[in-house]
Amino acid sequence: MKLLTHNLLSSHVPGISRRFPLLLQATEVKVSKVDFNQEFISRMIPKVEWSALVEAATSIGHGDDLPKELSPEYESNTELLQKVHHVLLEVEVVEGALQCPESGREFPITKGIPNMLLNEDEV
Amino acid sequence: MGHVIVTNGGLGNGVSREQLLEVLQVFGTVEALLMPPSKPYAFVTYGTVQEAREAYNSLNGRELGTDCNTLPVTLYSNFVEKVLGEDIASPSLPSGLLVVEEFVSPTYEQKLLEFVDWSTDLTNKSTQKSLKHRRVKHYGYEFRYDNNNVDKDKPLPGGLPEICTEVLEKSIEKGYVKFRPDQLTINQYEPGQGIPPHIDTHSAFENGIICLSLGTETVMDFKDRSGHSVAVMLPRRSLLVMTDESRYLWSHGITPRKFDVVQSSETLKPGSISRDISDLTLNKRGTRTSFTFRKVRMTPCDCAYPEVCDSQIGDQCKESLPAVPTSEGDASKLECEYVHKVYNEIADHFSSTRHSPWPKVNEFLKALPDGALVADIGCGNGKYLGVNKDAFMLGCDRSKNLVDICGERKFEVFVCDALFVPLRSGVCDACISIAVIHHFSTQDRRLAAIKEIARLLRPGGKALLYIWAMEQEYHKVKSKYLKESKVTPEETQSHGTEMPTPTNSSHKSKDSNEMDARCFEPSTWVTKDPTVKLNHAKLSVHKNRTAFDSQDLLVPWHLKDGCKRDQKNDRLSCQPLAGSRALPTFHRYYHVFSEGELEKLCKNLSSIRIVHSYYDQGNWCVIIEKC
Repeated sequence: MKLLTHNLLSSHVPGISRRFPLLLQATEVKVSKVDFNQEFISRMIPKVEWSALVEAATSIGHGDDLPKELSPEYESNTELLQKVHHVLLEVEVVEGALQCPESGREFPITKGIPNMLLNEDEV
Repeated sequence: MGHVIVTNGGLGNGVSREQLLEVLQVFGTVEALLMPPSKPYAFVTYGTVQEAREAYNSLNGRELGTDCNTLPVTLYSNFVEKVLGEDIASPSLPSGLLVVEEFVSPTYEQKLLEFVDWSTDLTNKSTQKSLKHRRVKHYGYEFRYDNNNVDKDKPLPGGLPEICTEVLEKSIEKGYVKFRPDQLTINQYEPGQGIPPHIDTHSAFENGIICLSLGTETVMDFKDRSGHSVAVMLPRRSLLVMTDESRYLWSHGITPRKFDVVQSSETLKPGSISRDISDLTLNKRGTRTSFTFRKVRMTPCDCAYPEVCDSQIGDQCKESLPAVPTSEGDASKLECEYVHKVYNEIADHFSSTRHSPWPKVNEFLKALPDGALVADIGCGNGKYLGVNKDAFMLGCDRSKNLVDICGERKFEVFVCDALFVPLRSGVCDACISIAVIHHFSTQDRRLAAIKEIARLLRPGGKALLYIWAMEQEYHKVKSKYLKESKVTPEETQSHGTEMPTPTNSSHKSKDSNEMDARCFEPSTWVTKDPTVKLNHAKLSVHKNRTAFDSQDLLVPWHLKDGCKRDQKNDRLSCQPLAGSRALPTFHRYYHVFSEGELEKLCKNLSSIRIVHSYYDQGNWCVIIEKC
């Protein structure tokens, strides 16, 4: 699971109000090379919840290079875009879990795939 | 007495009694000639040992020309000590079967044969088809070989031909049939042609089916459920009457061959053919034209044989088939058993049949702007996730095993239910959901699934939905699902009563534009009689590659031969397996949409509008836009 995916996910446990972000726990992280596409990253940034990305990246040890606040001129800042590219697309959680911020319900991540199924009694 | 065995000279290799006798009588008085059916040898008994010795000495290496073989056969002989005959009683005819000799006169026969003009089909009163093994014409109603039934609300104009009136009236007068037949099928069989064994669909026709044999005689094989078979001679101009057991319980068919084994002493006598091997010989077939008259049944069949009756079969396995759900709880239970579990079980085989994306879905995805964020709800094996490299595609599916396959292909995926997608609201520029929503078993749930997709879209974001259509024939064009049937029409006519069998067909060919094209082979279920309203709450089992007869149904999935369960991860993997045995058939629940249903459903949601709706190869499709 890439951190971009994590940034899009939100808890779907019924009857709660605080759904985002899911708390990330990782026992295995891998980094794989993905071709840098400046245009793509620039377009992706507005869809990203910045503080959640920084928090998630930091929690798995890949947040050091990211600014706490995103400057409005990010489109022209290639160096920043490369960092964002790395964090969004190259860092992947292989094993770990996602936790609902309100209910505490945990969803396992195995072989990079989050299993977000709810039990019958939860829905 | 002296006995000689003549090898290479029997009914089984095309030597008739008459031909062999001609040769054998040269050496003396033939006391007996035993010719077992379909064996390439015969036993001859002479009055004296001397005669037998002469025969033995002269027969070895003797050549004999036959009607059947282009090359002469070479006879060989030897002495035998004694010869034992078998029981010689003719088997009794199936109950309810009658063969009436000389039912029509030679003049009338001639008129009927002249009436059948195969060269053209000028009138629209009949439909004519050339099947693989024979030619056929229908009057009154067209007999459909895909479902072995007639369209009861679509009678052909003109009814039955005038010329048949005499046959019909005589049959009623003599009491052979109780109802005046209103459907006629004319078959023409050349020597070597036949019809596979079948029982006429119970719900399609009334009791009492009559069949006139013209042009030449033939031998029809009747078989009961235990496999006991009776060969019945149908002489030229005779009428075959099938009622009760012989109509409902026994299958009948004509073996494709050029010669029949018949009794030498009464070659053309109607009735069953004995197994008296001292009397059997060969009879050369000619061109036979048959007129089969049936009365279309307008009510469900109520025969005394529910185990083989398509109207009553539902009653038998009613308990095992699920009902159309009425509550939320039932619905999710049904989907769990008949959708989620099944896809997990068949994931590998299913995935191996899903290769290329459908063109119009491809088009939709490729038209999206670079950097678009797209969710594929119900992504299956992920065949769309790699279509647009400039978009960020996220896939999800209810089946963990299918999602695992996507994971192996390095796609971004997660496991979830389409009713509870764990994504932020309004985050998607586009969504697709291809062949998914038809798996929800109530309208509320189908609506909830669309609503969930709408929630994911940003304002102005678009979603493409594909749903299997009830109408597999639209604007007179059949969908690929119907067209790609691999069976010939008459093969489907062998209306079987066995359980469905897995098939060996190859599914390796390219994917196609409908749900399950490659994976379906017609199974031989007794198809549920659509006129039965009593059981309509129970789901019916769909017969693969035929038109749907109801919107809520179970569609069989036959695992490919060679798939075995992988103990480690509880998955079926497809690998060649030596001596593989019968594999289970899985049933998936579907609610197929009728025309307009998808649009109507979408209109319940004020947050979306329909941009485009269309029909694509057996599917109803919409593009919706978030307001």
